[in-house]
Amino acid sequence: MLLAVLSGFLLALIAPWIYQQAGDKAGWILAVLPACLAVYFATFLPDVIAGELIVEHYAWVPSLDVDLTMTLDGLSLLFALLISVIGTFIVIYGSGYLHGDRNIARFYVFLLAFMASMLGLVLSDNLISLFVFWELTSITSFMLIGYYHENDKYRKCAHQSMMVTVGGGLAMFAGLILLAMIADSYSLMAILEMSPSEIAGHDLYVPMLVLILAGCFTKSAQVPFHFWLPNAMAGPTPVSAFLHSATMVKAGIYLLARLQPGLGGTEIWMTVLPVVGAVTMFTGMYLALRSKGYKQVLAYSTIMALGVLTMLVGIGTEAAMIAFVVFLLAHAMYKATLFMVAGIVDHETGTKDLTVLRGLKSKMPVTFFCAILAALSLGGFAPLFGFLGKELMFEAVLDAQYLSALLVALAMGTAMMGVAVALILGLRPFWGELSDTPKDPHEAPLSMLLGPVVLASLSLLTFLALEWVDAGLIQAAVPAVWGPEFDFYLARWHGINMPLIMSAISIAIGIGIYWKWDAVRGLMNRLEWLYERGPEWVYNKSMYGGLPWVANRQTRIIQNGYLRNYLVTILMTMVILVGYTFFSRYDEPLSLALDVEFYHVLLALVLLGAAVFASVTQSRLGAVASAGVVGFSVALVYILFSAPDLAITQVLVETLTVILLVLVLFRLPEFVSFSSRGARIRDIIVALLVGGLVTVLLLATGQEQFYDEAISAAHIEGSVALAHGRNVVNVILVDYRTLDTLGEIFVLALAAMGVYAMVKFRAKDDEL
Amino acid sequence: MIKSKSLILRTATRFLLPLQLLFSLFLLLRGHNEPGGGFIAGLVAAGAIALYLIAFNVDETRELIRFSPHDLFGVGLFLACIAGIPPLLMGHPYFTALWWRPEFPFFGEVSLSTPLLFDVGVYLTVIGAVLAIVLALAEAED
Repeated sequence: MLLAVLSGFLLALIAPWIYQQAGDKAGWILAVLPACLAVYFATFLPDVIAGELIVEHYAWVPSLDVDLTMTLDGLSLLFALLISVIGTFIVIYGSGYLHGDRNIARFYVFLLAFMASMLGLVLSDNLISLFVFWELTSITSFMLIGYYHENDKYRKCAHQSMMVTVGGGLAMFAGLILLAMIADSYSLMAILEMSPSEIAGHDLYVPMLVLILAGCFTKSAQVPFHFWLPNAMAGPTPVSAFLHSATMVKAGIYLLARLQPGLGGTEIWMTVLPVVGAVTMFTGMYLALRSKGYKQVLAYSTIMALGVLTMLVGIGTEAAMIAFVVFLLAHAMYKATLFMVAGIVDHETGTKDLTVLRGLKSKMPVTFFCAILAALSLGGFAPLFGFLGKELMFEAVLDAQYLSALLVALAMGTAMMGVAVALILGLRPFWGELSDTPKDPHEAPLSMLLGPVVLASLSLLTFLALEWVDAGLIQAAVPAVWGPEFDFYLARWHGINMPLIMSAISIAIGIGIYWKWDAVRGLMNRLEWLYERGPEWVYNKSMYGGLPWVANRQTRIIQNGYLRNYLVTILMTMVILVGYTFFSRYDEPLSLALDVEFYHVLLALVLLGAAVFASVTQSRLGAVASAGVVGFSVALVYILFSAPDLAITQVLVETLTVILLVLVLFRLPEFVSFSSRGARIRDIIVALLVGGLVTVLLLATGQEQFYDEAISAAHIEGSVALAHGRNVVNVILVDYRTLDTLGEIFVLALAAMGVYAMVKFRAKDDEL
Repeated sequence: MIKSKSLILRTATRFLLPLQLLFSLFLLLRGHNEPGGGFIAGLVAAGAIALYLIAFNVDETRELIRFSPHDLFGVGLFLACIAGIPPLLMGHPYFTALWWRPEFPFFGEVSLSTPLLFDVGVYLTVIGAVLAIVLALAEAED
């Protein structure tokens, strides 16, 4: 299975080459991979339906408990199938939609990588690898949304989607770590095997839940983070179709559903999720009804669907989880179709304004067929799969344990508007008199029609062949999110019951709204001032106003360009943090009984004298020279305590320092301005504090035996025997602690580059 | 830049430079058993070239070292990084030391190891980094 995930990344690597070889046919060739993946995952269906959990272990970083174990249960399988099936059609559709675009190879690269990340996400068992794939989807989708990167506005949209989802992702990362602390394992299987009460009873449950929900809500565009999703339409339409139907935004939903058997069932879960979800679905539909761009309406209706799914996971009853699976499947099919239809309409007519588009059915009969089927599924009309989703959703809402009345009201409102939106999308552009459009409309090419036709037909066929779908997918997926004791089967007709009556009412009122759409929109636009002060306004204010302001301020205060201020900050931080820790934890008396020879005293006096002279002299050369004396005296100290390697290094560094200082000194003017009296007193205090602290620390480390046996003994013992070297200092540098040394030489090289850049690329004098 | 007119310094430097560089190689190779090692040897070599810089000038120094100092530390970092790969290929953790003692005619047994390769990387990085700084500063004089 790991190979199945990685194959997408591998193909992404060679996609540009395939495009070079195959040209316009590349889309068809590249689509073979997702198609094969779909077949591959489908072969697991019998086993998964039989209740088997397919696990494949791959070690990644065993020492950190991070692995690439792939698990496949009903939920993962459902998602994997959606991703690969819709992915297949998206790749083909993209080749038609972006036909002739010079960056199309890049589109294939990111789309395939995106698909592979999404597959990895839904198959991962390990929380860390899940998070890695989660972030990969954020990054690849950023590249896809920002596909038209020459346009400043589109770049901003891509940036926004990434900031929101990655910001939430970071919170989620912290939440996942807390979850792993609670469960004492990074494996989802192990976490879900725990009893839910054990997780919910833990002290860290609430912070963990809040953090994970932050990640899921941002990723899945729940109110108030919903604003990035409509903006993400800046990408090419196939990207939106994929993003909205089977991937990206569904990642948060997937994780919620995945965790629901373990984390769900608590009061906070069963109130927060349904309320956020219900508000999201209502807001989404409301905004959809108000918009007039084809893609925009679709994007808001996706927010509605995400809200419904979150709400259902939150309600968490058996009926709700069944509704969740059915709604998920229905939404993926009709949303991918509708987005592809939107792309076709835009592509072939040159406009996506729903108030302009009319009467396309004679020019584009196939597109009309797809659009009407998918839209009716969206509106929840029989005989389409969406009908079941809506019925089951009503049923779940009616049975909700908490706040049922509120949820029912919002669901009812959403359903009414949903019917109207469905008609606006599926019927209005195609019915009536043919209107004038920028381009002369005609039917789209095969590559662009294939996906919508297949997926729209599926919306119908899945309803007609419900028994098969039920036995094949639903029965496999529901146990994964609900539990094995599950006794339910789907039926087309439940008799006349409450959900059906609600459905009928919503359809009747929905048609009325559709009839008076212009008037309704006019009414909605009266609230214009409210939309402009929404969450996006807050985001923009903080992103383009607050953040630069804070950055400016803190740069001016902390990074003010004066080396002496930096030093004071760094040293005082050290004094306060280390000093506090030391004095609050260490209460042994410090003894000054040291073994001192007269030449030690002599050397110390030289050191002290040179240091004092360096700090009071008024000549640069004097300061440099006396600093040199300090350095060489330190080298002498090393020799006295038999550390020749250190001594040699110290001498060489001192020599080079003098050379460097000489090169610099020539360029500096005489000392002209000296520190003020206050600054000098401050410096003296800082210097005394640092010196005092270091002295105390050294005394303490000298009299303390931290380990039973000194580390040095083990190092010296292993030096010849293990590392074949008698010079233990060098053995430490190049053998015991090689990675540290590697880090140090990287720092050295970076410092050299920094100096080089500072000297070579400094601002010209007249630019200062 | 300090223009050294001293003939004595120049002549002495011509003779000293090869000796210093040889000494730095000596320090590098013996480092595993006696005081020395890549870091110290690199400092000695860089110091030697810095002396040459003071005795002559930037252009002549660049001609002397032939490679750009940036290339030197790039190669150094590269060598240091790949020194960890052979053990990886043999299934050990990154940077596990591997030793190889082939017999050569005249030299007898020679000890080669991945730590040596790593130390050579350190050596080149130190030379490159120090020279990059020194040369950049010296050039900025004008």
